[in-house]
Amino acid sequence: MDAATTTKAGDTQVALTGAKIITAIKQSGVEFVLAVPDIVTSKGLLFPIAADKELRLVRVCKEDECVGIASGLTYCDKRALILIQYTGFLDSLNAIRAVAVEYKQPIVMMIGLLGHEPERLPTESGRYGVRIIEPICDAMGIPHHLISHDADVPRIKPAIDRAYTESSPVAFLIGRRPS
Amino acid sequence: MMNRDECFQILKRHITDEVVVASYSGAVEWNDLNPRALNYFSIGAMGLGSSHALGLALGRPDRRIVVLDGDGSLLMNLGSLVSIAAAAPKNLVHFVCQNECYEANGGHPLPNPNVDFAGLARSAGYAEVYDFSELSAFEQQVGHVLTQSGPVFATLRVQKNRPLIYKYDDLYKASRRVALKAALQGRHAPQ
Repeated sequence: MDAATTTKAGDTQVALTGAKIITAIKQSGVEFVLAVPDIVTSKGLLFPIAADKELRLVRVCKEDECVGIASGLTYCDKRALILIQYTGFLDSLNAIRAVAVEYKQPIVMMIGLLGHEPERLPTESGRYGVRIIEPICDAMGIPHHLISHDADVPRIKPAIDRAYTESSPVAFLIGRRPS
Repeated sequence: MMNRDECFQILKRHITDEVVVASYSGAVEWNDLNPRALNYFSIGAMGLGSSHALGLALGRPDRRIVVLDGDGSLLMNLGSLVSIAAAAPKNLVHFVCQNECYEANGGHPLPNPNVDFAGLARSAGYAEVYDFSELSAFEQQVGHVLTQSGPVFATLRVQKNRPLIYKYDDLYKASRRVALKAALQGRHAPQ
């Protein structure tokens, strides 16, 4: 799939379409989205999800709540997606360590990389907080997928299915603001 | 002031097919008193019991979820009061045992032992809020509390406890998680 589009001025723009991500989320059997607002995903994901009658949005006050809620839903055979900013991911590491990693729960996280420069790899970002996300995931054994353009979106459903089949966490790193 | 184990003994008489989510000292005491597959102890991080319970309540609206929280735990996740009230699960009953200390961490006092948890829950938007400090009143009303349309909150003002033996490896063992899921699916867990 070609993720690039050309503007009238002839500039090449890389697209990341929020609607395509939401479709992939639904195709993965996700019924609940647990979220703390993140400016990277606010317009392209959170607002449309809030208006989507096929998904139940649970707004929480702090990101680690999402980990507990998702775990509780797992016992009820319900799939959930956690939609947060990388700062919230960092703030929730102890909950993720315990519930997702040590208890082997299928905690699915979609994490906005605030301040990330889409033309760079996250590990090469000028922003320290962004640079450390993938190494932290690696240290914790959490598979992660960079979602920066539409060509990356087809990776979402298989990864979510695998997380629930293997009862293990997964993180999707949103590398640019979805349209 | 009440004793937590006396409250739990009374509560046990009313528990049938509810999922009971309990953490730390409350989990130790509840498990000693009422071991069962429908107990949920794998909270993982202090304070998250109420959040796990919210997930269970949303996922199984046909079943009542009872949380046995601690005051120190709830203070680490106070926002969950607002999140739970907003999600408004009718099947969630949230008890907090207020013993004014971090019992599992050495018994050190809370920053403010006199927090009005019932007031916080009321302000957050819980549908029903109770505050018990007398065992006779709790015994008389607990059946009513458990059947109210939630989210329901109740403070249990209890004394510092006798020393407990914390066997976390047993509380958090994987077989409990398997048994809980099986019980929620209406089957027995494989041995």
